Amino acid sequence: MLEKTGVPDADQIKKITPSPGRLKKGPVAVVECFQSIPCDPCRYACRQEAIKEFKDINDLPVIDHDLCNGCGSCISKCPGLAIFVIDDTYSEKEGLVKLPYEYLPLPRPEEEVIGIDTEGWEVCSARVVKVQNAKVLDRTPVVWLTVPREHLMKVRNFLRKGGA
Amino acid sequence: MRIKDHPIIDFQRGKQVTFSFNGRQVTAYEGETIAAALHAAGVRVLSHSHKLKRPRGFFCAIGNCSSCLMQVNGEFNVRICITPAREGDRVEMQQGRGEIVEKT
Amino acid sequence: MKKPEIAIVGGGPAGLSAALSAVRQGAQVMLIDRDPVLGGQLVKQTHMFFGSKKQYAAIRGIDIPQKLLAALQEEGNGKFDPRVNTTVLGCYDDGVLLLEKEDRAELIQPWKIIIATGAAEKMLPFPGNDLPGVYGAGAVQTLMNVYGIKPGTRVLMIGAGNIGLIVSYQLLQAGVEVTAIIEGAPKIGGYLVHATKVRRAGIPILTSHTIKKAYGCDSVEGAVLCNLDEKWCAVPGTEQSLAVDVICLAVGLTPQTELLWQAGCEQQYLPELGGYVPLRSEKMQTSLSHLFVAGDAACIEEAGSAMVEGKIAGLFAAADLGYAENVEALNETFSRELEELRSGPAGAKIRQGLSRLKGGAQVC
Repeated sequence: MLEKTGVPDADQIKKITPSPGRLKKGPVAVVECFQSIPCDPCRYACRQEAIKEFKDINDLPVIDHDLCNGCGSCISKCPGLAIFVIDDTYSEKEGLVKLPYEYLPLPRPEEEVIGIDTEGWEVCSARVVKVQNAKVLDRTPVVWLTVPREHLMKVRNFLRKGGA
Repeated sequence: MRIKDHPIIDFQRGKQVTFSFNGRQVTAYEGETIAAALHAAGVRVLSHSHKLKRPRGFFCAIGNCSSCLMQVNGEFNVRICITPAREGDRVEMQQGRGEIVEKT
Repeated sequence: MKKPEIAIVGGGPAGLSAALSAVRQGAQVMLIDRDPVLGGQLVKQTHMFFGSKKQYAAIRGIDIPQKLLAALQEEGNGKFDPRVNTTVLGCYDDGVLLLEKEDRAELIQPWKIIIATGAAEKMLPFPGNDLPGVYGAGAVQTLMNVYGIKPGTRVLMIGAGNIGLIVSYQLLQAGVEVTAIIEGAPKIGGYLVHATKVRRAGIPILTSHTIKKAYGCDSVEGAVLCNLDEKWCAVPGTEQSLAVDVICLAVGLTPQTELLWQAGCEQQYLPELGGYVPLRSEKMQTSLSHLFVAGDAACIEEAGSAMVEGKIAGLFAAADLGYAENVEALNETFSRELEELRSGPAGAKIRQGLSRLKGGAQVC
């Protein structure tokens, strides 16, 4: 149970997972935010206006996956670091996960790392494709990782090989 | 124990200052409190309780709890967690409650 | 004796916001803080804030003081008088404040006073709780984020409210291991996104757990944990030992209301609001008409609401002195902001506490 463990359960994840049809079209954002709290900056972070209007500041964000183009601008704007972008079309075997990473040292492109899930367990090997750290991200770098496609909704963090 | 690179904060440390603690030289950066500098130097025990002499250390860092009272430049009961470290300060662990020193 | 129009005690989010609101009305404001810099707890908050744009959502706490100060410089019109390194030692029933700076005392008698003194950390009693290495969460944040010094190498965090979760994350960012977060309640009290962030970093969160004792010779070397049953009683046989050198207490805050007690304000004990809180009206005015209150000193909440309460207190303190332009419209805006912040499930406890406040004070 999320309130006891801090980890969303499978049903909660399923609810926010984009449809297989949408996943075939390209990168798309997923918001893993399941608690009603007063918070709405994600709403204003999307240039495609894919995050639906909040009637009330406590509303859970809902992404219109058809409007979303997976650009990832929202990732560094979520105070809860709860937004990720997944791309099921990256290659035949690999998918891409874009995640917020506020630690040092930042990984380097081409670096092999270990993909970690929301419970902190190792899931798979992963490779760093890109590290975005422009000033506009205000110290919330976004790391792009390739992972086996079946782990796109699992990998939410990574460990450097040989320790963090 | 000082952090060199931090993902969010760029620590702009001032110039180094040196003060003595129980006779030994300790380096600090301008702007640090005596307690912070001692902590960075690995000093954990800052005082002892009056009756049972139990070790006390850094606790609130804001001048509220009185665990960090030391003698600084002859003055007793100085809250070192809110007192900036200055070049040449003479800092000593205090035994007991200290005395009221008349200022001239 | 100086008689500033408004004196604000405490330069954190509530005090800074109150100052800005008051100078915008045209009042003269003295803002007093015992620290060398203004900002209160904001100066240690490296994470992005929640709330809405008006409460600086997605802006890091550490960046907020300079925004408020820039606005105060720009709009102050020479009416903003900041006094740092200055402690308010007394708030007397005749409206006099005793200030102390570098061993010099000063008495002032402001026309209106806003108390924005924030909160103090609660203590948890357990054997060994006086050992060096047992720190309040605020102290850990001060060491890490103000002085750039690691508090230790392996930390046990006690408390899974927002402060416990956020400080655990900040410890990771400082390169310090957090061995576990324990929480006496059966549920995590802080925002669950904060909890998720630390879980995916590998930190276990153990609910229904408490610390039985801390051990070590001259400083913390370890802690013994145990499970709690649904009555919050220790379950025998569930003890486990954890090797840590820092035990960080994040077990709640209490409003710092000493000055209000001294002045003679009526207070009421409301656990939902953090303990003893002053009675206050919707204008954030206490039972003494020259005294206002805002922020954690009024009730334990978030920085966002502290800023809005500050805006309201500053507005009405100024209005009472005749600087009442636009007061109704502004109050309408601020009240709606506060209502919005408190309207969801996360605000239920505060709403309940406020509804029990005697004198029919604000209910959202």
